[in-house]
Amino acid sequence: MAFVLLRRLGQALLILLGVAAITFVLLYALPADPARMIAGRSATAQTVASIRHELGLDQPLIIQFWTYLSGLLYGDLGRSYAQKTEVWTLIVARLPATLILMAAGITVEVVLGVTFGTVAAVKRGGTVDRLVMMASFVGVSAPQFVVALLLLYVFAVTLGWFPMSGYGSFAHVVLPATTLGVLGAGWYARMVRSAMIDVLNQDYVRTARAKGLSSRRIIFRHALPNAILPIVAMIGIDIGQFMGGVVVVEAVYGWPGIGQLAWQAIQQVDIPIIMGVTLTSALAIVTGNLLADLIAPFIDPRIRTS
Amino acid sequence: MGILRSLSRQPAALFGLVIVVAVVVLALAAPLIAPFSPDDQMFDGLTLEGAPMPPGGQFLLGTDTLGRDLFSRMLFGARTSLIIGIVANGIAVSIGLFVGIVAGYLRGLPSSILMRFTDLMMAFPALLLAIVLAALLKPSLWIVAMVIALVNWVQVARIVYTETRGLVERDFIMAERSLGAGHGRILLLHILPHLVPTAIVWGTLGIATTVLLEATLSFLGIGVQPPQPSWGNIIFESQSYFQAAPWLVFFPGMVILLTALAFNLVGDALRDILDPTQRGRG
Repeated sequence: MAFVLLRRLGQALLILLGVAAITFVLLYALPADPARMIAGRSATAQTVASIRHELGLDQPLIIQFWTYLSGLLYGDLGRSYAQKTEVWTLIVARLPATLILMAAGITVEVVLGVTFGTVAAVKRGGTVDRLVMMASFVGVSAPQFVVALLLLYVFAVTLGWFPMSGYGSFAHVVLPATTLGVLGAGWYARMVRSAMIDVLNQDYVRTARAKGLSSRRIIFRHALPNAILPIVAMIGIDIGQFMGGVVVVEAVYGWPGIGQLAWQAIQQVDIPIIMGVTLTSALAIVTGNLLADLIAPFIDPRIRTS
Repeated sequence: MGILRSLSRQPAALFGLVIVVAVVVLALAAPLIAPFSPDDQMFDGLTLEGAPMPPGGQFLLGTDTLGRDLFSRMLFGARTSLIIGIVANGIAVSIGLFVGIVAGYLRGLPSSILMRFTDLMMAFPALLLAIVLAALLKPSLWIVAMVIALVNWVQVARIVYTETRGLVERDFIMAERSLGAGHGRILLLHILPHLVPTAIVWGTLGIATTVLLEATLSFLGIGVQPPQPSWGNIIFESQSYFQAAPWLVFFPGMVILLTALAFNLVGDALRDILDPTQRGRG
Protein backbone atom coordinates (compact mmCIF):
# COMPACT_ATOMS: atom_id res chain seq x y z
CA MET A 1 0.00 0.00 0.00
CA ALA A 2 2.75 2.45 0.98
CA PHE A 3 4.64 1.56 -2.19
CA VAL A 4 1.58 2.09 -4.38
CA LEU A 5 0.98 5.42 -2.70
CA LEU A 6 4.56 6.54 -3.29
CA ARG A 7 4.37 5.53 -6.94
CA ARG A 8 1.11 7.41 -7.41
CA LEU A 9 2.60 10.49 -5.73
CA GLY A 10 5.61 10.28 -8.02
CA GLN A 11 3.38 10.08 -11.08
CA ALA A 12 1.35 13.03 -9.85
CA LEU A 13 4.51 15.12 -9.43
CA LEU A 14 5.69 14.19 -12.93
CA ILE A 15 2.34 15.21 -14.38
CA LEU A 16 2.49 18.55 -12.58
CA LEU A 17 6.02 19.10 -13.89
CA GLY A 18 4.79 18.34 -17.40
CA VAL A 19 1.86 20.74 -17.04
CA ALA A 20 4.25 23.44 -15.83
CA ALA A 21 6.61 22.87 -18.77
CA ILE A 22 3.89 22.87 -21.43
CA THR A 23 2.10 25.93 -20.01
CA PHE A 24 5.41 27.77 -19.72
CA VAL A 25 6.41 27.09 -23.31
CA LEU A 26 2.92 27.91 -24.62
CA LEU A 27 2.72 31.18 -22.73
CA TYR A 28 6.14 32.41 -23.75
CA ALA A 29 5.83 31.24 -27.33
CA LEU A 30 2.62 33.23 -27.82
CA PRO A 31 2.80 36.56 -29.63
CA ALA A 32 1.45 38.55 -26.66
CA ASP A 33 4.33 40.55 -25.13
CA PRO A 34 3.93 41.22 -21.39
CA ALA A 35 6.67 43.87 -21.35
CA ARG A 36 4.90 45.89 -24.05
CA MET A 37 1.64 45.41 -22.13
CA ILE A 38 3.09 46.85 -18.91
CA ALA A 39 4.94 49.69 -20.61
CA GLY A 40 1.83 50.82 -22.45
CA ARG A 41 1.27 51.72 -26.06
CA SER A 42 3.29 54.91 -26.18
CA ALA A 43 6.44 53.62 -24.43
CA THR A 44 9.76 53.80 -26.25
CA ALA A 45 11.59 50.68 -27.30
CA GLN A 46 14.16 51.46 -24.60
CA THR A 47 11.56 51.42 -21.79
CA VAL A 48 10.14 48.14 -23.08
CA ALA A 49 13.62 46.64 -23.21
CA SER A 50 14.42 47.73 -19.65
CA ILE A 51 11.14 46.27 -18.35
CA ARG A 52 11.91 43.07 -20.22
CA HIS A 53 15.30 42.97 -18.56
CA GLU A 54 13.81 43.68 -15.14
CA LEU A 55 11.38 40.76 -15.48
CA GLY A 56 14.12 38.49 -16.75
CA LEU A 57 12.29 38.05 -20.05
CA ASP A 58 15.45 38.73 -22.06
CA GLN A 59 17.06 35.52 -20.90
CA PRO A 60 16.89 32.25 -22.84
CA LEU A 61 13.64 30.36 -22.31
CA ILE A 62 15.34 27.38 -20.70
CA ILE A 63 16.97 29.57 -18.04
CA GLN A 64 13.69 31.35 -17.34
CA PHE A 65 12.01 27.98 -16.92
CA TRP A 66 14.77 26.79 -14.61
CA THR A 67 14.42 29.92 -12.46
CA TYR A 68 10.68 29.37 -12.32
CA LEU A 69 11.03 25.70 -11.37
CA SER A 70 13.54 26.35 -8.63
CA GLY A 71 11.17 28.96 -7.26
CA LEU A 72 8.38 26.36 -7.29
CA LEU A 73 10.43 24.10 -5.06
CA TYR A 74 10.16 26.73 -2.33
CA GLY A 75 6.49 27.31 -3.07
CA ASP A 76 7.32 30.54 -4.89
CA LEU A 77 5.02 31.11 -7.87
CA GLY A 78 6.66 34.40 -8.80
CA ARG A 79 5.34 37.94 -8.76
CA SER A 80 2.38 39.32 -10.66
CA TYR A 81 3.46 41.75 -13.41
CA ALA A 82 0.50 44.08 -12.99
CA GLN A 83 -0.19 43.91 -9.24
CA LYS A 84 3.43 43.56 -8.09
CA THR A 85 2.29 41.06 -5.43
CA GLU A 86 3.31 37.47 -4.84
CA VAL A 87 1.12 35.23 -7.04
CA TRP A 88 0.84 32.81 -4.13
CA THR A 89 -0.72 35.49 -1.89
CA LEU A 90 -3.20 36.45 -4.60
CA ILE A 91 -4.26 32.85 -5.15
CA VAL A 92 -4.58 32.09 -1.43
CA ALA A 93 -6.72 35.21 -1.00
CA ARG A 94 -9.09 34.08 -3.76
CA LEU A 95 -9.10 30.38 -2.95
CA PRO A 96 -11.80 30.31 -0.20
CA ALA A 97 -14.43 31.91 -2.46
CA THR A 98 -13.82 29.35 -5.19
CA LEU A 99 -13.73 26.45 -2.74
CA ILE A 100 -17.09 27.51 -1.26
CA LEU A 101 -18.57 27.71 -4.75
CA MET A 102 -17.08 24.36 -5.69
CA ALA A 103 -18.32 22.63 -2.54
CA ALA A 104 -21.81 24.06 -2.98
CA GLY A 105 -21.89 23.18 -6.68
CA ILE A 106 -20.71 19.60 -6.15
CA THR A 107 -23.25 19.15 -3.34
CA VAL A 108 -26.07 20.24 -5.65
CA GLU A 109 -24.73 17.93 -8.37
CA VAL A 110 -24.42 14.87 -6.18
CA VAL A 111 -27.76 15.32 -4.40
CA LEU A 112 -29.68 15.87 -7.65
CA GLY A 113 -27.72 13.28 -9.60
CA VAL A 114 -27.98 10.48 -7.04
CA THR A 115 -31.67 11.12 -6.35
CA PHE A 116 -32.79 11.24 -9.95
CA GLY A 117 -30.36 8.57 -11.14
CA THR A 118 -31.67 6.14 -8.49
CA VAL A 119 -35.30 6.93 -9.22
CA ALA A 120 -34.69 6.43 -12.94
CA ALA A 121 -32.95 3.08 -12.39
CA VAL A 122 -35.69 1.78 -10.11
CA LYS A 123 -38.43 2.87 -12.51
CA ARG A 124 -36.40 1.75 -15.51
CA GLY A 125 -38.20 2.11 -18.83
CA GLY A 126 -41.08 4.11 -17.33
CA THR A 127 -42.12 7.68 -17.92
CA VAL A 128 -40.09 8.97 -14.95
CA ASP A 129 -36.97 7.27 -16.30
CA ARG A 130 -37.50 8.81 -19.73
CA LEU A 131 -38.05 12.26 -18.26
CA VAL A 132 -34.91 12.02 -16.12
CA MET A 133 -32.80 10.85 -19.04
CA MET A 134 -34.15 13.63 -21.25
CA ALA A 135 -33.49 16.22 -18.53
CA SER A 136 -29.96 14.92 -18.08
CA PHE A 137 -29.38 15.33 -21.82
CA VAL A 138 -30.62 18.90 -21.68
CA GLY A 139 -28.34 19.48 -18.66
CA VAL A 140 -25.19 18.30 -20.41
CA SER A 141 -26.08 20.24 -23.58
CA ALA A 142 -26.87 23.57 -21.95
CA PRO A 143 -24.23 26.32 -22.19
CA GLN A 144 -23.21 27.39 -18.67
CA PHE A 145 -23.28 31.10 -19.38
CA VAL A 146 -26.80 30.99 -20.80
CA VAL A 147 -28.12 29.12 -17.76
CA ALA A 148 -26.27 31.58 -15.52
CA LEU A 149 -27.88 34.53 -17.29
CA LEU A 150 -31.30 32.84 -17.29
CA LEU A 151 -31.22 32.17 -13.54
CA LEU A 152 -29.96 35.70 -12.99
CA TYR A 153 -32.82 37.13 -15.03
CA VAL A 154 -35.58 35.05 -13.44
CA PHE A 155 -34.51 34.88 -9.79
CA ALA A 156 -32.51 38.07 -9.33
CA VAL A 157 -33.86 40.62 -11.81
CA THR A 158 -37.53 39.61 -12.06
CA LEU A 159 -38.33 37.95 -8.74
CA GLY A 160 -35.62 39.64 -6.69
CA TRP A 161 -35.14 36.60 -4.45
CA PHE A 162 -31.36 36.58 -4.71
CA PRO A 163 -28.71 39.27 -5.19
CA MET A 164 -27.46 39.90 -8.74
CA SER A 165 -23.82 39.43 -7.93
CA GLY A 166 -21.27 39.55 -5.19
CA TYR A 167 -20.09 37.44 -2.34
CA GLY A 168 -20.55 37.19 1.40
CA SER A 169 -23.84 35.53 2.36
CA PHE A 170 -25.69 32.31 1.72
CA ALA A 171 -28.06 34.05 -0.71
CA HIS A 172 -25.07 34.96 -2.89
CA VAL A 173 -24.03 31.33 -3.30
CA VAL A 174 -27.40 29.97 -4.40
CA LEU A 175 -27.48 31.04 -8.05
CA PRO A 176 -23.86 30.33 -9.02
CA ALA A 177 -23.90 26.98 -7.23
CA THR A 178 -27.19 26.06 -8.90
CA THR A 179 -25.78 26.97 -12.31
CA LEU A 180 -22.77 24.73 -11.79
CA GLY A 181 -24.74 21.97 -10.06
CA VAL A 182 -27.83 21.63 -12.26
CA LEU A 183 -25.72 21.19 -15.39
CA GLY A 184 -23.29 18.72 -13.86
CA ALA A 185 -26.12 16.74 -12.28
CA GLY A 186 -26.95 15.35 -15.74
CA TRP A 187 -23.67 13.40 -15.86
CA TYR A 188 -24.15 12.10 -12.33
CA ALA A 189 -27.74 11.02 -12.96
CA ARG A 190 -26.72 9.05 -16.04
CA MET A 191 -23.84 7.39 -14.26
CA VAL A 192 -25.80 6.53 -11.11
CA ARG A 193 -28.63 5.15 -13.22
CA SER A 194 -26.31 2.92 -15.20
CA ALA A 195 -24.47 1.70 -12.06
CA MET A 196 -27.75 1.09 -10.22
CA ILE A 197 -29.19 -0.92 -13.11
CA ASP A 198 -26.10 -3.13 -13.04
CA VAL A 199 -26.41 -3.66 -9.29
CA LEU A 200 -30.17 -4.23 -9.30
CA ASN A 201 -29.69 -7.09 -11.78
CA GLN A 202 -27.27 -8.92 -9.47
CA ASP A 203 -28.12 -12.18 -7.75
CA TYR A 204 -27.84 -10.85 -4.21
CA VAL A 205 -30.48 -8.24 -4.93
CA ARG A 206 -32.78 -10.99 -6.18
CA THR A 207 -32.01 -12.93 -2.98
CA ALA A 208 -32.85 -9.90 -0.90
CA ARG A 209 -36.11 -9.58 -2.77
CA ALA A 210 -36.86 -13.28 -2.30
CA LYS A 211 -36.29 -12.88 1.44
CA GLY A 212 -39.13 -10.41 1.35
CA LEU A 213 -37.17 -7.25 2.20
CA SER A 214 -38.93 -3.97 1.47
CA SER A 215 -37.80 -2.28 -1.73
CA ARG A 216 -36.71 0.76 0.26
CA ARG A 217 -34.33 -1.40 2.28
CA ILE A 218 -33.05 -3.12 -0.85
CA ILE A 219 -32.37 0.16 -2.61
CA PHE A 220 -30.77 2.08 0.25
CA ARG A 221 -29.08 -0.70 2.16
CA HIS A 222 -28.10 -3.20 -0.53
CA ALA A 223 -27.97 -1.53 -3.92
CA LEU A 224 -26.95 2.12 -3.49
CA PRO A 225 -23.75 1.53 -1.47
CA ASN A 226 -22.52 -0.69 -4.29
CA ALA A 227 -23.29 1.90 -6.92
CA ILE A 228 -21.50 4.70 -5.07
CA LEU A 229 -17.95 3.92 -6.28
CA PRO A 230 -18.22 5.51 -9.74
CA ILE A 231 -19.63 8.62 -8.07
CA VAL A 232 -16.52 8.99 -5.92
CA ALA A 233 -14.32 8.65 -9.00
CA MET A 234 -16.49 11.20 -10.76
CA ILE A 235 -16.21 13.75 -7.94
CA GLY A 236 -12.45 13.37 -8.22
CA ILE A 237 -12.54 14.24 -11.90
CA ASP A 238 -15.10 16.95 -11.32
CA ILE A 239 -12.93 18.89 -8.89
CA GLY A 240 -10.54 19.50 -11.73
CA GLN A 241 -13.10 20.34 -14.38
CA PHE A 242 -14.74 22.85 -12.04
CA MET A 243 -11.70 25.09 -12.22
CA GLY A 244 -12.45 25.83 -15.88
CA GLY A 245 -16.17 26.26 -15.32
CA VAL A 246 -15.69 28.78 -12.54
CA VAL A 247 -14.07 31.23 -14.95
CA VAL A 248 -17.39 31.62 -16.76
CA VAL A 249 -19.67 31.44 -13.74
CA GLU A 250 -17.53 33.79 -11.66
CA ALA A 251 -17.48 36.24 -14.56
CA VAL A 252 -21.29 36.30 -14.83
CA TYR A 253 -21.97 36.52 -11.09
CA GLY A 254 -19.02 38.74 -10.15
CA TRP A 255 -17.80 36.07 -7.75
CA PRO A 256 -14.35 37.08 -6.42
CA GLY A 257 -12.66 33.70 -6.81
CA ILE A 258 -9.77 32.18 -8.70
CA GLY A 259 -11.71 32.21 -11.95
CA GLN A 260 -12.04 35.98 -11.81
CA LEU A 261 -8.36 36.34 -10.92
CA ALA A 262 -7.46 34.21 -13.95
CA TRP A 263 -9.78 36.14 -16.23
CA GLN A 264 -8.28 39.51 -15.21
CA ALA A 265 -4.79 38.12 -15.57
CA ILE A 266 -5.53 36.74 -19.04
CA GLN A 267 -6.69 40.16 -20.21
CA GLN A 268 -3.56 41.83 -18.83
CA VAL A 269 -1.20 39.10 -20.11
CA ASP A 270 -0.08 38.70 -16.51
CA ILE A 271 1.77 35.46 -17.18
CA PRO A 272 2.84 34.58 -13.61
CA ILE A 273 -0.79 34.61 -12.46
CA ILE A 274 -1.93 32.57 -15.46
CA MET A 275 0.84 30.05 -14.73
CA GLY A 276 -0.11 29.97 -11.07
CA VAL A 277 -3.81 29.40 -11.70
CA THR A 278 -3.15 26.72 -14.32
CA LEU A 279 -0.82 24.91 -11.93
CA THR A 280 -3.34 25.23 -9.10
CA SER A 281 -6.02 23.76 -11.35
CA ALA A 282 -3.77 20.92 -12.47
CA LEU A 283 -2.91 20.31 -8.82
CA ALA A 284 -6.65 20.15 -8.07
CA ILE A 285 -7.21 17.65 -10.90
CA VAL A 286 -4.31 15.44 -9.85
CA THR A 287 -5.27 15.60 -6.16
CA GLY A 288 -8.91 14.88 -7.01
CA ASN A 289 -7.99 11.75 -8.95
CA LEU A 290 -5.52 10.67 -6.28
CA LEU A 291 -8.09 11.11 -3.49
CA ALA A 292 -10.69 9.15 -5.45
CA ASP A 293 -8.19 6.29 -5.86
CA LEU A 294 -7.27 6.41 -2.19
CA ILE A 295 -10.86 6.42 -0.96
CA ALA A 296 -11.97 3.63 -3.30
CA PRO A 297 -10.57 0.71 -1.20
CA PHE A 298 -12.45 1.96 1.86
CA ILE A 299 -15.73 1.92 -0.03
CA ASP A 300 -15.19 -1.30 -1.94
CA PRO A 301 -13.27 -4.02 -0.05
CA ARG A 302 -12.76 -5.95 -3.30
CA ILE A 303 -10.23 -3.34 -4.41
CA ARG A 304 -8.35 -3.65 -1.10
CA THR A 305 -7.55 -7.33 -1.54
CA SER A 306 -6.50 -7.24 -5.19
CA MET B 1 -29.54 3.34 -44.70
CA GLY B 2 -30.09 0.75 -42.00
CA ILE B 3 -28.62 3.20 -39.50
CA LEU B 4 -31.00 5.95 -40.56
CA ARG B 5 -33.96 3.60 -40.18
CA SER B 6 -32.85 2.54 -36.68
CA LEU B 7 -32.36 6.19 -35.77
CA SER B 8 -35.83 7.18 -36.88
CA ARG B 9 -37.34 4.46 -34.72
CA GLN B 10 -36.27 6.20 -31.49
CA PRO B 11 -38.32 9.33 -30.82
CA ALA B 12 -35.47 11.18 -29.06
CA ALA B 13 -32.98 10.40 -31.82
CA LEU B 14 -35.48 11.38 -34.49
CA PHE B 15 -36.05 14.69 -32.71
CA GLY B 16 -32.28 15.25 -32.66
CA LEU B 17 -31.91 14.29 -36.29
CA VAL B 18 -34.66 16.68 -37.40
CA ILE B 19 -32.98 19.58 -35.55
CA VAL B 20 -29.54 18.72 -36.92
CA VAL B 21 -30.90 18.66 -40.47
CA ALA B 22 -32.84 21.89 -39.86
CA VAL B 23 -29.76 23.71 -38.53
CA VAL B 24 -27.63 22.52 -41.44
CA VAL B 25 -30.26 23.54 -44.02
CA LEU B 26 -30.81 26.95 -42.39
CA ALA B 27 -27.05 27.55 -42.26
CA LEU B 28 -26.56 26.59 -45.91
CA ALA B 29 -29.55 28.62 -47.09
CA ALA B 30 -28.87 31.60 -44.78
CA PRO B 31 -28.44 34.17 -47.59
CA LEU B 32 -31.72 33.02 -49.19
CA ILE B 33 -33.79 33.00 -46.00
CA ALA B 34 -32.39 35.97 -44.11
CA PRO B 35 -34.77 38.92 -44.49
CA PHE B 36 -31.96 41.45 -43.92
CA SER B 37 -28.20 41.59 -44.20
CA PRO B 38 -26.69 40.39 -40.89
CA ASP B 39 -24.35 43.42 -40.74
CA ASP B 40 -26.86 46.06 -41.76
CA GLN B 41 -27.32 48.59 -38.91
CA MET B 42 -30.79 49.72 -39.84
CA PHE B 43 -32.08 53.20 -39.20
CA ASP B 44 -35.51 51.84 -38.21
CA GLY B 45 -33.88 48.96 -36.29
CA LEU B 46 -33.85 50.94 -33.05
CA THR B 47 -36.63 52.64 -31.13
CA LEU B 48 -36.68 56.41 -30.83
CA GLU B 49 -34.82 56.10 -27.53
CA GLY B 50 -32.14 54.02 -29.27
CA ALA B 51 -33.17 50.73 -27.67
CA PRO B 52 -33.36 47.42 -29.57
CA MET B 53 -36.74 46.52 -31.09
CA PRO B 54 -38.62 43.69 -29.34
CA PRO B 55 -39.58 40.53 -31.27
CA GLY B 56 -42.57 40.63 -33.56
CA GLY B 57 -43.57 43.07 -36.26
CA GLN B 58 -41.13 43.89 -39.01
CA PHE B 59 -38.25 42.10 -37.27
CA LEU B 60 -39.21 38.51 -36.45
CA LEU B 61 -36.95 38.11 -33.40
CA GLY B 62 -36.34 41.81 -32.82
CA THR B 63 -33.09 43.72 -33.32
CA ASP B 64 -29.83 43.92 -31.41
CA THR B 65 -28.21 46.91 -29.71
CA LEU B 66 -26.88 48.22 -33.05
CA GLY B 67 -30.20 47.89 -34.85
CA ARG B 68 -29.32 44.73 -36.75
CA ASP B 69 -31.94 42.03 -37.40
CA LEU B 70 -31.46 39.29 -34.79
CA PHE B 71 -33.03 36.54 -36.92
CA SER B 72 -30.66 37.23 -39.82
CA ARG B 73 -27.66 37.36 -37.51
CA MET B 74 -28.62 34.05 -35.94
CA LEU B 75 -28.99 32.41 -39.37
CA PHE B 76 -25.47 33.48 -40.32
CA GLY B 77 -24.30 32.58 -36.81
CA ALA B 78 -25.38 29.00 -37.54
CA ARG B 79 -22.79 28.93 -40.32
CA THR B 80 -20.04 30.03 -37.92
CA SER B 81 -21.02 27.44 -35.33
CA LEU B 82 -21.24 24.59 -37.84
CA ILE B 83 -17.98 25.47 -39.60
CA ILE B 84 -16.15 25.53 -36.28
CA GLY B 85 -17.98 22.41 -35.14
CA ILE B 86 -17.00 20.44 -38.22
CA VAL B 87 -13.45 21.77 -38.65
CA ALA B 88 -12.44 21.71 -34.99
CA ASN B 89 -14.01 18.39 -34.29
CA GLY B 90 -12.74 16.86 -37.53
CA ILE B 91 -9.21 17.82 -36.53
CA ALA B 92 -9.73 16.61 -32.95
CA VAL B 93 -11.06 13.22 -34.06
CA SER B 94 -8.25 12.85 -36.61
CA ILE B 95 -5.55 13.61 -34.03
CA GLY B 96 -7.27 11.34 -31.53
CA LEU B 97 -7.52 8.48 -34.04
CA PHE B 98 -3.89 8.88 -35.08
CA VAL B 99 -2.47 9.03 -31.56
CA GLY B 100 -4.76 6.28 -30.30
CA ILE B 101 -4.02 3.86 -33.14
CA VAL B 102 -0.28 4.44 -33.12
CA ALA B 103 -0.03 4.15 -29.33
CA GLY B 104 -2.27 1.09 -29.30
CA TYR B 105 -0.46 -0.69 -32.11
CA LEU B 106 3.12 0.07 -31.15
CA ARG B 107 4.50 -1.37 -27.99
CA GLY B 108 7.21 -0.33 -25.61
CA LEU B 109 8.65 3.15 -25.28
CA PRO B 110 6.88 5.03 -28.13
CA SER B 111 3.52 3.76 -26.93
CA SER B 112 4.07 4.72 -23.31
CA ILE B 113 5.45 8.14 -24.26
CA LEU B 114 2.31 8.86 -26.29
CA MET B 115 -0.03 7.64 -23.58
CA ARG B 116 1.81 9.50 -20.77
CA PHE B 117 1.45 12.61 -22.90
CA THR B 118 -2.28 11.92 -23.18
CA ASP B 119 -2.46 11.51 -19.38
CA LEU B 120 -0.69 14.83 -19.08
CA MET B 121 -3.26 16.50 -21.33
CA MET B 122 -6.03 14.98 -19.19
CA ALA B 123 -4.60 16.85 -16.19
CA PHE B 124 -4.95 20.17 -18.04
CA PRO B 125 -8.07 22.10 -17.13
CA ALA B 126 -9.45 22.01 -20.69
CA LEU B 127 -11.69 25.07 -20.57
CA LEU B 128 -9.04 27.16 -18.81
CA LEU B 129 -6.42 26.15 -21.38
CA ALA B 130 -8.78 27.02 -24.22
CA ILE B 131 -9.55 30.41 -22.66
CA VAL B 132 -5.86 31.23 -22.13
CA LEU B 133 -4.87 30.21 -25.66
CA ALA B 134 -7.80 31.93 -27.35
CA ALA B 135 -7.23 35.13 -25.39
CA LEU B 136 -3.49 35.39 -25.99
CA LEU B 137 -3.61 34.48 -29.67
CA LYS B 138 -5.24 36.92 -32.02
CA PRO B 139 -8.77 35.54 -32.08
CA SER B 140 -10.27 34.52 -35.41
CA LEU B 141 -12.54 31.75 -36.62
CA TRP B 142 -9.63 29.45 -37.48
CA ILE B 143 -7.69 30.12 -34.29
CA VAL B 144 -10.82 29.26 -32.29
CA ALA B 145 -11.20 26.03 -34.25
CA MET B 146 -7.52 25.14 -33.64
CA VAL B 147 -7.76 25.87 -29.93
CA ILE B 148 -10.86 23.72 -29.57
CA ALA B 149 -9.26 20.87 -31.52
CA LEU B 150 -6.18 21.12 -29.33
CA VAL B 151 -8.12 20.52 -26.11
CA ASN B 152 -10.68 18.02 -27.47
CA TRP B 153 -8.61 15.27 -29.08
CA VAL B 154 -7.53 13.69 -25.80
CA GLN B 155 -10.72 11.79 -25.01
CA VAL B 156 -10.90 10.27 -28.50
CA ALA B 157 -7.27 9.20 -28.25
CA ARG B 158 -7.90 7.37 -24.99
CA ILE B 159 -10.91 5.45 -26.34
CA VAL B 160 -9.23 4.58 -29.65
CA TYR B 161 -6.15 3.44 -27.74
CA THR B 162 -8.16 1.00 -25.61
CA GLU B 163 -10.01 -0.34 -28.64
CA THR B 164 -6.86 -0.76 -30.72
CA ARG B 165 -5.18 -2.55 -27.82
CA GLY B 166 -8.05 -5.06 -27.82
CA LEU B 167 -8.06 -5.46 -31.61
CA VAL B 168 -4.32 -6.14 -31.85
CA GLU B 169 -4.72 -9.17 -29.58
CA ARG B 170 -7.46 -10.69 -31.72
CA ASP B 171 -6.83 -13.81 -33.78
CA PHE B 172 -7.62 -12.30 -37.16
CA ILE B 173 -4.83 -9.77 -36.75
CA MET B 174 -2.41 -12.51 -35.81
CA ALA B 175 -3.59 -14.55 -38.81
CA GLU B 176 -3.04 -11.55 -41.07
CA ARG B 177 0.41 -11.04 -39.64
CA SER B 178 1.36 -14.68 -40.15
CA LEU B 179 0.28 -14.35 -43.78
CA GLY B 180 3.00 -11.72 -44.06
CA ALA B 181 0.96 -8.51 -44.06
CA GLY B 182 2.92 -5.35 -43.30
CA HIS B 183 2.12 -2.84 -40.58
CA GLY B 184 0.56 -0.40 -43.02
CA ARG B 185 -1.79 -3.04 -44.42
CA ILE B 186 -2.86 -4.24 -40.98
CA LEU B 187 -3.43 -0.73 -39.68
CA LEU B 188 -5.30 0.65 -42.67
CA LEU B 189 -7.27 -2.37 -43.88
CA HIS B 190 -7.90 -4.30 -40.68
CA ILE B 191 -7.74 -2.03 -37.66
CA LEU B 192 -8.98 1.29 -39.01
CA PRO B 193 -12.31 -0.12 -40.35
CA HIS B 194 -13.11 -1.42 -36.88
CA LEU B 195 -12.67 2.06 -35.47
CA VAL B 196 -15.06 3.73 -37.90
CA PRO B 197 -18.08 3.39 -35.56
CA THR B 198 -16.10 5.02 -32.74
CA ALA B 199 -15.04 7.82 -35.05
CA ILE B 200 -18.64 8.39 -36.19
CA VAL B 201 -19.99 8.44 -32.63
CA TRP B 202 -17.30 10.83 -31.36
CA GLY B 203 -17.53 12.86 -34.54
CA THR B 204 -21.17 13.52 -33.65
CA LEU B 205 -20.95 13.87 -29.87
CA GLY B 206 -17.88 16.08 -30.26
CA ILE B 207 -19.77 18.61 -32.37
CA ALA B 208 -22.02 19.28 -29.35
CA THR B 209 -18.97 19.91 -27.15
CA THR B 210 -17.40 22.09 -29.82
CA VAL B 211 -20.51 24.22 -30.37
CA LEU B 212 -20.72 24.81 -26.60
CA LEU B 213 -17.01 25.64 -26.32
CA GLU B 214 -17.12 28.04 -29.25
CA ALA B 215 -20.16 29.76 -27.77
CA THR B 216 -18.44 30.05 -24.39
CA LEU B 217 -15.25 31.53 -25.89
CA SER B 218 -17.25 33.94 -28.03
CA PHE B 219 -19.38 34.90 -25.02
CA LEU B 220 -16.19 35.85 -23.16
CA GLY B 221 -15.23 37.97 -26.16
CA ILE B 222 -12.22 35.86 -27.13
CA GLY B 223 -13.88 33.66 -29.74
CA VAL B 224 -15.25 34.65 -33.10
CA GLN B 225 -14.95 38.43 -33.38
CA PRO B 226 -17.85 40.73 -34.26
CA PRO B 227 -19.13 41.83 -36.73
CA GLN B 228 -18.94 38.23 -37.95
CA PRO B 229 -21.98 36.78 -36.16
CA SER B 230 -21.76 33.74 -33.91
CA TRP B 231 -24.38 32.65 -31.41
CA GLY B 232 -21.92 33.21 -28.59
CA ASN B 233 -20.82 36.69 -29.61
CA ILE B 234 -24.41 37.84 -30.17
CA ILE B 235 -24.87 37.20 -26.44
CA PHE B 236 -21.51 38.80 -25.66
CA GLU B 237 -22.50 41.98 -27.51
CA SER B 238 -25.91 42.29 -25.87
CA GLN B 239 -24.95 41.15 -22.38
CA SER B 240 -24.86 44.64 -20.88
CA TYR B 241 -28.34 45.25 -22.27
CA PHE B 242 -29.88 42.01 -21.22
CA GLN B 243 -32.11 43.27 -18.40
CA ALA B 244 -33.93 45.51 -20.85
CA ALA B 245 -33.78 43.16 -23.83
CA PRO B 246 -33.58 39.60 -22.50
CA TRP B 247 -34.57 38.08 -25.85
CA LEU B 248 -31.15 39.06 -27.22
CA VAL B 249 -29.66 36.54 -24.80
CA PHE B 250 -32.34 33.90 -24.74
CA PHE B 251 -33.00 33.33 -28.46
CA PRO B 252 -29.36 32.59 -29.27
CA GLY B 253 -29.06 30.72 -25.95
CA MET B 254 -31.96 28.45 -26.86
CA VAL B 255 -30.50 27.79 -30.28
CA ILE B 256 -27.12 26.84 -28.79
CA LEU B 257 -28.86 24.50 -26.33
CA LEU B 258 -31.04 22.89 -29.01
CA THR B 259 -28.14 22.36 -31.39
CA ALA B 260 -25.89 20.81 -28.74
CA LEU B 261 -28.80 18.70 -27.50
CA ALA B 262 -29.57 17.48 -31.01
CA PHE B 263 -25.99 16.40 -31.72
CA ASN B 264 -25.82 14.70 -28.31
CA LEU B 265 -29.08 12.80 -28.90
CA VAL B 266 -28.02 11.64 -32.37
CA GLY B 267 -24.53 10.71 -31.17
CA ASP B 268 -25.89 8.75 -28.23
CA ALA B 269 -28.37 6.88 -30.44
CA LEU B 270 -25.57 6.14 -32.95
CA ARG B 271 -23.50 4.68 -30.12
CA ASP B 272 -26.38 2.36 -29.21
CA ILE B 273 -26.86 1.29 -32.82
CA LEU B 274 -23.20 0.89 -33.75
CA ASP B 275 -22.03 -0.67 -30.49
CA PRO B 276 -24.58 -3.19 -29.21
CA THR B 277 -22.52 -3.92 -26.08
CA GLN B 278 -23.24 -0.41 -24.81
CA ARG B 279 -27.00 -0.62 -25.39
CA GLY B 280 -29.18 0.51 -22.52
CA ARG B 281 -26.27 1.84 -20.46
CA GLY B 282 -26.13 5.50 -19.44
